[in-house]
Amino acid sequence: MSKVIKIRKGLNIPLVGQPEKVLIRADMAETYAVKPSDFPGLTPKLNVQVGDKVKAGNPLFHDKYRPNIVFSSPVSGEVVEVRRGDRRVIEEVVVKTTGSVDYEQFEAVSPVQLTREQVVEKLLKSGTWPYLRQRPYGIVANPDDKPKSIFISCFDSAPLSPDMDFAVNGEQEAFQAGIDALKRLTEGEIHLGLNADYPASSVFAKAKDVQLHHFTGPHPAGNVGIQIHHIDPINKGDVVWTVNPLDVIIIGRLFLKGVYDATKVIALAGSDVVKPRYYRIVSGARVDSILKDNLVKTDNEHRIISGNVLTGAKVESIGFIGFYDNMVTVIPEGKHHEFFGWMAPGFNKHSASRTFFSKLLPGKSFKLDTNINGGERAYVLTGQYEKVLPMDIYPVHLIKAILANDIDKMEQLGIYEVVEEDLALCEYVCTSKVEVQEILRKGIESMIKELS
Amino acid sequence: MKALRRYIDKIKPNFQKGAKFGMFHSTFDAFETFLFVPDKVTTRGSHIRDSIDMKRTMTVVIMALMPAMLFGMWNVGYQHSLMIGESWTLWQNFWFGFLKVLPIIIVSYGVGLGIEFAFAQSRGHDVNEGFLVSGLLIPLIMPVNVPLWMVAIATAFAVIIGKEVFGGTGMNVFNPALLARAFLFFAYPSHMSGDKVWIAAAEGDKIIDGFSGATPLASAAAHQMDKMPSVYDMFMGFIPGSIGETSTLAILIGAAILIISGIGSWKIMLSTVIGGLTAGYLFNIFAVNPYMEVPAWHHLLLGGFAFGAVFMATDPVTAAQTERGKWIYGFLVGFLALLVRVLNPAYPEGMMLAILLMNAFAPLIDYYVVEANISKRLKRAKKVAKS
Repeated sequence: MSKVIKIRKGLNIPLVGQPEKVLIRADMAETYAVKPSDFPGLTPKLNVQVGDKVKAGNPLFHDKYRPNIVFSSPVSGEVVEVRRGDRRVIEEVVVKTTGSVDYEQFEAVSPVQLTREQVVEKLLKSGTWPYLRQRPYGIVANPDDKPKSIFISCFDSAPLSPDMDFAVNGEQEAFQAGIDALKRLTEGEIHLGLNADYPASSVFAKAKDVQLHHFTGPHPAGNVGIQIHHIDPINKGDVVWTVNPLDVIIIGRLFLKGVYDATKVIALAGSDVVKPRYYRIVSGARVDSILKDNLVKTDNEHRIISGNVLTGAKVESIGFIGFYDNMVTVIPEGKHHEFFGWMAPGFNKHSASRTFFSKLLPGKSFKLDTNINGGERAYVLTGQYEKVLPMDIYPVHLIKAILANDIDKMEQLGIYEVVEEDLALCEYVCTSKVEVQEILRKGIESMIKELS
Repeated sequence: MKALRRYIDKIKPNFQKGAKFGMFHSTFDAFETFLFVPDKVTTRGSHIRDSIDMKRTMTVVIMALMPAMLFGMWNVGYQHSLMIGESWTLWQNFWFGFLKVLPIIIVSYGVGLGIEFAFAQSRGHDVNEGFLVSGLLIPLIMPVNVPLWMVAIATAFAVIIGKEVFGGTGMNVFNPALLARAFLFFAYPSHMSGDKVWIAAAEGDKIIDGFSGATPLASAAAHQMDKMPSVYDMFMGFIPGSIGETSTLAILIGAAILIISGIGSWKIMLSTVIGGLTAGYLFNIFAVNPYMEVPAWHHLLLGGFAFGAVFMATDPVTAAQTERGKWIYGFLVGFLALLVRVLNPAYPEGMMLAILLMNAFAPLIDYYVVEANISKRLKRAKKVAKS
């Protein structure tokens, strides 16, 4: 085993509702959707109209400025709705299924026999290309780039996150096919980040043509950005790509079976779920397909999150699971006033600081809601963010540079190395309740604008 | 609670912007959030948030100040009883001190919070909790005999010139509480130094023969080493001095609360002590007068060193903000405090000036620490570009 990289800074938030390792094959959902909001910075252009019939793998929309990047329907059926939000921005393209999936055929061929151009073309045409994301910026990769290397984090350390080893069980062949395809895309290495605390699934450990790296430590040790920082940090001018392990499998199936089969195993977790478990679903499924009869009945509203509690997106009860997400979390909404809450001893309040008595109860799991727990203030405390960010970056200075819209400073302070999920814990611990992730995305957007 | 909540919900619309009492929006909000944590939920970003907020943070600091404050009240009575040569009980001492100190605290909070509310109101901001701590720090670093009107103008000066002109809590360069003291120190030196100000006394009080009322620092500066109190007295705090600064023991309890809760920076506290000891030992080595011969560690017990190191230097807004910077900042605070104390006969106490000076330099320290990070990143990029 190679050297273990020890992550010292970070924070594990122990929550109630850890998924039990039971796999359920979910019924097909009534509708599926692809959401342009899953792809930051994208300006979508529709390829279909309401009423069109599509197969799995047929494009629904494409990137206005990079028209060869298309986003495909994960299932076959009829386009029933194009939901638009403010200023007619496309929010969801909804496809109603026929019950079974009819796939568009892309010819099954081993990626080893293909040239780089052929692999790129196949990924673009089938709509699997958007699974490749680039750093800097955390946006869909550019087909014209030749990345320095490709990074895949093979474990998730976020609160309640699924066990990736369990989720990829039995997909060894597809995973390897995906790796073979990725290998054609870069002249550099493919790096897999594994958890050093337990022996990794053979799907990862026995993968060929990859470099294995072992990590141990609290969240965000499983974030690919943190792993890149410790393996081979991104410098100005570098481009590296990242892929989720579940998405490598989807890419692998394209070459094995010649179809866009977006089936994946995700976790359903959180304190408002009766039986938190794993579900085999097709990407973009409507959430009620896995939530029905499985939510705790209370007077309180539920917050349904596609993704984990730190970085996920809020979805409605008839919303859809996000493109990159590997879990759905349900927690209580926190719309309540608490009498002298800031003075309470706080045996059931979680905090990274040691100002609540809950610190005296090690091993306790918490049932947290969505209350902000205070008012927004100017920065007063220092050193908080640094305790949960295992990178050689000054997060507060970076955030302040973004607020001042100082492009040079953002670059110098390392904005190329981070995306929202890497700073999500900073937002969690912030006493001043600063919206760190949103500010960071704004900073990344102004970087893209400035440098394009 | 429910009835109270209902009442607040009922009157709340009157205080919304544009309503009848809309101009008191910030004031209403401050009282409402004091009673109830708001029901605001997350909309973007992290869906769950840490339970800590600014009110909790400031409460912890106030709790840490309690031992020093309570001891200070007792000591005011004790010193007075020494002066008049009577032997009082614990409660007599405490009650006497309580009556002396409470008005100072009330004036400090009244003036400071009044100004804070007015500024928050005029800017349409939420009222920031920062002054809850400053308002207690100011009385604790005053001599007990300070006239109340001086406390009032010093507090006003500190809040307006020290904080609000920079944009309010979080934006200030200098520690507001120390600014209040510095203002009085330079504007009314006769009320802030000498032998008479440290003991609560009214005209007509009889003073027993041989009682001086001088602080140990003043004795040391005058090279009257025979008048120095015992180490035990200095550690426990049975000595004249500013209200909250005398007992190193009480301050250590506060330090423990700050460090355990993670609110105060142990790095700054430790490095300040190291800086002070370094200067002290250097003086010992090159001693040419009795003051320089004072054992280095005695300085930690003298005057405002401990109080400054624990409660003043650690103010997160005015201290260095980078972790590496905190070490440098703290060391220099401790070192400079002793330098001013021992080598400058004009100022018996150096802690206040040392911290204010380092407040001014903290951004510079941070600048170089961050620059080092930037150049490290540039170097990394260049190395890759070459290879």
